[in-house]
Amino acid sequence: MLEIEHLGKVYGEGKDATHAIGDVSFELAEREFVCVVGPSGCGKTTLLKCMSGLLAPTTGEVRLRGRRIVDPPPEMALVFQEYSRSLLPWMTVRGNVLLPLRHKKLEKAERTRIVEEAVGAVGLERFIDRYPWELSGGMQQRVAIARALAYQPEILLMDEPFASVDAQTRGDLEDLILEVRERFDMTILFVTHDIDESVYLADRIVVLTPSPTEVREILDVGLPRPRDQVETKELPEFAHLRAHVYRLIKRQEDAAAA
Amino acid sequence: MTPKARRLAELALEIIVPIVLVAILWVWTSQSDTFYYPPLSDVFERFADNWLFERFGSDVWPSLRRMAIGYVLAVIVAVALGTVLGSSRTLRRAVAPIVEFLRSIPPPALLPFAIVVIGVGDDMKIFIIAFVCLWPVLLNTIDGINGIDPTLRDIARVYGVSGRDRLLRMMLPAASPQIFAGMRLSLSLAVILMVISEMVASTNGIGFFVLQSQRSFAIPEMWSGILLLGILGYVLNVAFVIIERRVLAWHRGAKASALS
Repeated sequence: MLEIEHLGKVYGEGKDATHAIGDVSFELAEREFVCVVGPSGCGKTTLLKCMSGLLAPTTGEVRLRGRRIVDPPPEMALVFQEYSRSLLPWMTVRGNVLLPLRHKKLEKAERTRIVEEAVGAVGLERFIDRYPWELSGGMQQRVAIARALAYQPEILLMDEPFASVDAQTRGDLEDLILEVRERFDMTILFVTHDIDESVYLADRIVVLTPSPTEVREILDVGLPRPRDQVETKELPEFAHLRAHVYRLIKRQEDAAAA
Repeated sequence: MTPKARRLAELALEIIVPIVLVAILWVWTSQSDTFYYPPLSDVFERFADNWLFERFGSDVWPSLRRMAIGYVLAVIVAVALGTVLGSSRTLRRAVAPIVEFLRSIPPPALLPFAIVVIGVGDDMKIFIIAFVCLWPVLLNTIDGINGIDPTLRDIARVYGVSGRDRLLRMMLPAASPQIFAGMRLSLSLAVILMVISEMVASTNGIGFFVLQSQRSFAIPEMWSGILLLGILGYVLNVAFVIIERRVLAWHRGAKASALS
């Protein structure tokens, strides 16, 4: 569905040029959940920006169903890492979730229905008329997810969305995202630096090298679904996969440090 | 003291101190026989005679009208222009010298020019007021729009928000705290320039009245005009703060929650 082909990104020119992304290729199938993990500072955000059409790659290309992406396509939504910057503090939860629907030609009742369904899907019905800054961090990120859902995308890109919430909330949000994925039938690309998170969520994991980024390895996660925070994480395969990814990344970081 | 009691005490102090000051002045000037500092009671009497509401239609209203038109005009032009300039670095660089030059001209220096070109009527005064009020709002709008978090622009692109929605629901609200700061500065400038423009060439208005009273040695009248201007400035500022608090309630809330 989404193909990334020999993607490269260089910032600056000549001597000052920084090779953020070397050569990255992989693809996402329909309804697949792919996690991208890599050592810190490996250009994950740059990669995501190129994939979403926010940033033009220097080399290679990204295609959505064969169509080259040059601008953010309407089938794609993006959840940013920092909810405090991505939500609009002058709008209530309702206003924020309604924002991506405004330009779509819909009946008013239909809009309201979509907004309320999206807010309901993330469990915030009671807070729909509150402002984002009246909510906790985890709840704010739920609002950002609801906004993405209201846009009714076929593919959802997430940039370390749970990096700034506490561990307990993070677990809840992970389960929430698995749930909405089933319900809304989406393809998801999830960028994270948390190895456990990637193994828990993904169908496949793309492990990246440090900058200039390349694909180190792509692994299939054969863990049964539905996943469960306790049972899934008790499985020997989970521990095995986790250790494997950990070694891949750790070895690279050590090599980079040496 | 509990915080609530403390706030109440502070509020009481805010109210009592001016009253005490006025009372002292009242007593002090009551026996006054100096020509330039008439008893406060005389000033108050003239104030009531003139401003409640004898001269309201002939002097206060023309003043307020000119000021309001000049101010609103300036805000509209400044926000529109500031939004365009704030969005384009190239344009900003190109007009920066002109903006810096024009805003460096002391506004009263423009009066002779304005009188010659526009005349001595309302238009001239509105022009002078608008010209002065333009700069603080313009510069703040440019800064506000320019300083918008790039994440916001990314969001607009990803979610297909463009045109009117992008401008009115995203860019302008994001810049509004700074725009309001400029508007507040401009409001006090508007009062000043209203008075100055009326003192130079006018046949009515509060500034005209003050100068005219002084020239005809009606000193209590003169003082009553000055008193009115002070009250006017004060009331305008309070009204502005009330409106700002309502419009920017989200800003205060967001800032408070970011700190906690």
